[in-house]
Amino acid sequence: MWRGCKLSSSGSRFLGGLRSVYRGTRADCPRLTTSAVCSKNQLSWTLQIKPWVVNEYRIMWFKSCSMNFAFLNRMKSYRLPWIRPYSTSRSTVDSNEVKTFLALAHRWWDEQGVYAPLHSMNDLRVPFIRDNLLKTVANHQPGKPLSGMKILDVGCGGGLLTEPLGRLGASVIGIDPVDENIKTAQHHKSFDPVLDKRIEYRACSLEEIVEETAETFDAVVASEVVEHVIDLETFIQCCCQVLKPGGSLFITTINKTQLSYALGIVFAEQIAGIVPKGTHTWEKFVSPEKLESILESNGLSVQTVTGMLYNPFSGYWHWSENTSLNYAAYAVKSSVQEHSGPEFALKGEREELRAEASTNSGLRWDHGRAGLRSLVEENPLLDRGSFAGRSCVSAPRTPGH
Amino acid sequence: MAARLAGSRSGTALSAAQRGPLVSCRRWAGATADTVYDVVVSGGGMVGAAMACALGHDIHFGDKKILLLEAGPKKVLGKLPETYSNRVSSISPGSATLLSSFGAWDHICNMRYRAFRRMQVWDACSEALIMFDKDNLDDMGYIVENDVIMQALTKQLEAVSDRVTVLYKSKAVSYTWPYPFSMADSSPWVHITLGDGSTLQTKLLIGADGHNSGVRQAAGIRDVSWNYDQSAVVATLHLSEPTENNVAWQRFLPSGPIALLPLSDTLSSLVWSTSHEHAAELVSMDEEKFVDAINSAFWSDANHTDLVDSASSVLHYVVSILKPTKVSARQLPPSVAKVDAKSQVLFPLGLGHAAEYVRPRLALIGDAAHRVHPLAGQGVNMGFGDISSLVHHLRTAAFNGKDLGSMSHLTGYETDRQRHNTALLAATDLLKRLYSTSATPLVLLRTWGLQATNAVSPLKEQIMAFASK
Repeated sequence: MWRGCKLSSSGSRFLGGLRSVYRGTRADCPRLTTSAVCSKNQLSWTLQIKPWVVNEYRIMWFKSCSMNFAFLNRMKSYRLPWIRPYSTSRSTVDSNEVKTFLALAHRWWDEQGVYAPLHSMNDLRVPFIRDNLLKTVANHQPGKPLSGMKILDVGCGGGLLTEPLGRLGASVIGIDPVDENIKTAQHHKSFDPVLDKRIEYRACSLEEIVEETAETFDAVVASEVVEHVIDLETFIQCCCQVLKPGGSLFITTINKTQLSYALGIVFAEQIAGIVPKGTHTWEKFVSPEKLESILESNGLSVQTVTGMLYNPFSGYWHWSENTSLNYAAYAVKSSVQEHSGPEFALKGEREELRAEASTNSGLRWDHGRAGLRSLVEENPLLDRGSFAGRSCVSAPRTPGH
Repeated sequence: MAARLAGSRSGTALSAAQRGPLVSCRRWAGATADTVYDVVVSGGGMVGAAMACALGHDIHFGDKKILLLEAGPKKVLGKLPETYSNRVSSISPGSATLLSSFGAWDHICNMRYRAFRRMQVWDACSEALIMFDKDNLDDMGYIVENDVIMQALTKQLEAVSDRVTVLYKSKAVSYTWPYPFSMADSSPWVHITLGDGSTLQTKLLIGADGHNSGVRQAAGIRDVSWNYDQSAVVATLHLSEPTENNVAWQRFLPSGPIALLPLSDTLSSLVWSTSHEHAAELVSMDEEKFVDAINSAFWSDANHTDLVDSASSVLHYVVSILKPTKVSARQLPPSVAKVDAKSQVLFPLGLGHAAEYVRPRLALIGDAAHRVHPLAGQGVNMGFGDISSLVHHLRTAAFNGKDLGSMSHLTGYETDRQRHNTALLAATDLLKRLYSTSATPLVLLRTWGLQATNAVSPLKEQIMAFASK
């Protein structure tokens, strides 16, 4: 019935879906089976967001009191590799919170602020994307090496990675489901006449543009996104669909290891309390092996998988052989796609996933404050319902035939 | 860093508050006609013009808009005057490499310059001397007239006029600094108002406007500075007879160092640092007395004392036993016959060092960041060194698609250069002080120090390598 990929494919997608749910309670609510779900979500979201808000207030208060800046910065920075940027700037029901998040949305571009690790991650990911893309072209224009390329930045946030790619000459579309992020990104680029032309931002999810942008992009970038994706399989399929044959997919994310559990969940959330509890779901982290197998089964051949390490004290990222924490992957869509055998298997897997998701959501239903985790798990239901009627786009294309 | 930003902003916040709202409203409405440049270099002297040249000729900046602001008029590119200019610079091999990286050195070679292969520095109070030379007779440096350098740079700026805009006779009258990061409706760029009332914006402002830098003052960057009790007298000198003239001579007199720098077979340039009174006297002297004063400054033994002389000959004897082969032969400087009419000019000397070289969207280079005593001939070389380093960091940033005004790479430049420049400034200042006295213990100390340094080749090579960067 719905074999397609019209799903909540990323964490950002999920949040976007969630917001539309809020609107839905007031207006129409076509995506939901019951409105009780909405209020439940809303409640747990509010509960969940509070510690974060308090935490932010605390930081601001400290700042205004000129307390020890450097230390706080480090503390704040440290949590970043583990959380999804957009999660800080959600629109919410409480107007006070809205104000807080507005303030936060502007902090995207504070290089020393909460997003410092994402700023410094550019030192790795921009050359990673640039060099791999440059390998695919015969010659390039000095000064703007990526000119002529179309890139999609999925989950662009405030545009931290979108702008550098634009500066290298590429025309970039940045999408993010959080309006506030897109506003910040839009506002920031508006000051730069060159970037203003090269970059286009849209507040939407990947699925919403899959059809209109099929086989459009030379590269798709999903940086620090897939660890929040509900259905990775579908997400990758969507990425693949918007890629031109021979196009490149770049992913950076966090591994599913004991170390990432110890540092990302136990230390950052439970012990140090830098990250609000429940921000991350270790189960949703993706191992390179799993990612690779999904990429390969979708007709993307994996070229590189390499580890990245963040030093919270220096604030710099380093390449590493060790992929046990963060890592980057680069895959290329085959120029001529064959009919893929694993279609049935994939279908089976999807059914399984769906079943799993439903059980999970069912289980968590009773826990009023199960937090983000339960929300994330529930989300597939919401979105799958809403997309249930849409046609499938996952069938492999055969442009050569 | 954040604390520094917060603190330092207070100085400029006022002006930002005054002008900010107006500018940002206009920006927000999208109705501005201001041009947004990627880099604006303020000050079109040797260092500023070379900075603009280096950026304009770098392929990584092919897509960038660069502007050079120069208060003076454009130099007329005509034939070089027959008479040598009295303002010359000692260009280190490192600086020559930078200049040739964007083609300016070729122009200099086609005009005129003089290479020197040896440098002899000696004390007026003793026999101590140090001789810098290279075994393979490589050039140790070049004496080039400042006008020649400017002509070469102007030519190279013209060659990239499609990428580098040069506004002559224009001077920035005010700067508005952005907030540390983008606020709701404030522009992230530096806004510059020119003397004629026009405004422009830039992502990175490079202050190259000399030791009284307006950019530095507008940014509220503190600098450590003091004036020396010395002025430098410069002049173009004619030698009594033509010589090979490939040695740079410098003698430390108790009143200050006097240097003779080769310009041609028969001409040398004088840089004589001495007390303000003596400098004024020298400039007002008639030609004959002036020449006599120079010759006696190089040749007189009046400041020698027996004690120091015998002490230095003891050490000299010891060194010659330890190192019988490698004894630098003392050479005698050429004698001066006459001075070019009206080439005697004096200017006061001082030392200065900016506490910070960079701020968000701002970098200081050259004398705007550091001012040095001319005794080591390093002034403009430090400026060119700044350019090499800054261009290197900006090139990497541009190739990584970074915002050129970001502190993340500007601090890299600051670290690199402060490390080098403070060492040089400190060494120069120490030398200046050490040689400004004729007190016997200090004379003895510096005599032995100089002799020992002269005897230890690896040490000398280190010094040369550092100074030729």
